[in-house]
Amino acid sequence: MSTIVFIDTRGEKLPKAAQEAVTYASQLNGGPVTAITFGEANGLESLGAQGARKVIVARGVKAVDSQQLTKLVADVAAAESASTIVFVHDATGKAVAPRVAARLQAGMVAGATGMPEGNRFKRNVFSGKARAYVEVSSPVKVVSLSPNSIPVAKGEGAATIEDYTGDPGPAGITVKEVRKAGTGIPLPEAEIVVSAGRGMKGPENWGPVEELAKELGAATACSRPVADMHWRPHHEHVGQTGVAIRPNCYIAIGISGAIQHLAGVNQSKVIAVINKDPEAPFFKAADYGIVGDAFEVLPKLIEAAKKLNAER
Amino acid sequence: MKILVLLSQVPDTTARIAFTDGDTRFDGNGVTFIMNPYDEWYALVRALELKEAAGSGSVTTVTVGGADTEATIRKGLAIGADEAVRIDAQPTDALQVAELIAAYAKDKGFDLVLAGKETIDHNSGVVGGMVAELLGMPYVPLASKLEVSNGLATIERDVPGGVEVVEAKLPLALSASKGMAEQRIPNMRGIMAARTKPLTVVPATSVPTPAATVRFEMPPPKGAVKMIPAEEAGTLIELLHSEAKVI
Ligand SMILES: Cc1cc2nc3c(=O)[nH]c(=O)nc-3n(C[C@H](O)[C@H](O)[C@H](O)COP(=O)(O)OP(=O)(O)OC[C@H]3O[C@@H](n4cnc5c(N)ncnc54)[C@H](O)[C@@H]3O)c2cc1C
Ligand SMILES: Nc1ncnc2c1ncn2[C@@H]1O[C@H](COP(=O)(O)O)[C@@H](O)[C@H]1O
Repeated sequence: MSTIVFIDTRGEKLPKAAQEAVTYASQLNGGPVTAITFGEANGLESLGAQGARKVIVARGVKAVDSQQLTKLVADVAAAESASTIVFVHDATGKAVAPRVAARLQAGMVAGATGMPEGNRFKRNVFSGKARAYVEVSSPVKVVSLSPNSIPVAKGEGAATIEDYTGDPGPAGITVKEVRKAGTGIPLPEAEIVVSAGRGMKGPENWGPVEELAKELGAATACSRPVADMHWRPHHEHVGQTGVAIRPNCYIAIGISGAIQHLAGVNQSKVIAVINKDPEAPFFKAADYGIVGDAFEVLPKLIEAAKKLNAER
Repeated sequence: MKILVLLSQVPDTTARIAFTDGDTRFDGNGVTFIMNPYDEWYALVRALELKEAAGSGSVTTVTVGGADTEATIRKGLAIGADEAVRIDAQPTDALQVAELIAAYAKDKGFDLVLAGKETIDHNSGVVGGMVAELLGMPYVPLASKLEVSNGLATIERDVPGGVEVVEAKLPLALSASKGMAEQRIPNMRGIMAARTKPLTVVPATSVPTPAATVRFEMPPPKGAVKMIPAEEAGTLIELLHSEAKVI
């Protein structure tokens, strides 16, 4: 019996979500943990600190080709007699995990939010408005872990690195181009998010929003009408129909807090709301609130953030 | 081009969320059910646009569900699908749904299989990928643009920190996210036409259900909001740092 964990580690540094997934896999206590990754990946030995004994790398697979990566995971799962296969519930995990589950006829839990009790896994449903417990009865289980669900373990030890020697088969897709959306922190990975809505009146007023985000090391986000009116780029749109995020801290400025907006942000650990209308529904979902004009409040927040930065 | 759209029915976005039968089932009492927005606004409409641009082909919708899903399925026909299939089973697990859809679709020669990014009730985003595996097709999740010419699809998909442009030969499966198309409101002619379009009910085959949701629960109630006077707005930053410890 063993646990395997598939992660996307391409890029300059190991993503936090990958470290979380390896931590999760080892805390399942389902035998030794083997991590699987692909492409050009560096610093993989350090995954030993999160409990990986071994990392298998398919260097020849460069893109998120769901068929090749499924073959890769299925090969390793067979070789290691894996009983649980862990993924990250992100764009890469969503390409591979469902295929692996279908191939192995495994029950799948998408977006688990914590450690299971036996075969019973917890996840969010109804866009965070409720939780569900899923029981998996198949011999092999597939679990994808929601980012920011568990703290990264900081243990000792280095993982051994092995190359995948199997044949992943032909690629079904070809990557033509990758367009980076801005240089800032990618929204789904951000721990602090500063978000603004129609209360900002126009795109020319986003200067202070960006400045506050910069001071806090935060990503910027917006409500849907703001993206629809092209005040802000579409990838910043959070909510039911946009990106769903769960940062540690979500600061909402001039956003009413419509249910569809909340659906994408209500899993944030702490929510602070700035709105000039004391009746704005967002205050009901908030931990901290300020009733006031964004144009007067923002400069005060920026000043306080600068002061905090100077002190630490 | 033969296109299959996976169409699911979900509670309206503003529905009151409550559970019944000892918190094992969603309480649909007094709730309006709608077509899953990702399936409707993006997957179905893009399928229709591709067919219209090609001037030929067909768009079929498939739904795993009971007779209570037929009004939603008819709406799909009113928006413009040519025919609809309902596989008669209560969905309880993603693999069960995917196996049923794949059993129906295999041998039918679909060139494109379009699912939504996720259902807005279960938020799994897995059925499309499972169907792709069972049909042996490439799969691109979270696609925000789709063009097809000469049997080659060009797709933009959302990846962390940006957008990736990929190419793949048909047949192909994908899941549709925001941006792929604009919502279409059915017109009177569409609604009339939908009445006579075929809605075929097929019996469910026997498939595995390796996972099941056994209980629901509401999140613990939020503590009271701490209000800060606007004149002292800077205090918010101090509290987020020293009290909440999140910045
Ligand atoms: C099916 C569906 C899906 C949807 N999906 C999403 C989604 O994913 N994300 C999303 O965000 N929305 C979504 N919406 C839209 C949603 O219902 C709301 O319309 C939207 O979130 C409102 O955006 P807003 O709060 O920026 O604007 P408004 O509702 O116009 O609110 C602006 C707020 O700013 C405040 N304000 C005004 N001036 C100031 C000032 N000077 N200082 C401080 N505060 C000020 C006002 O009091 C008000 O509360 C969806 C709607 C539907 C029907
Ligand atoms: N019962 C169903 N019938 C048909 N298609 C479905 C069903 N459930 C899910 N789907 C499709 O699969 C997508 C992802 O659903 P899910 O994996 O449940 O989040 C949906 O957007 C639909 O396109």
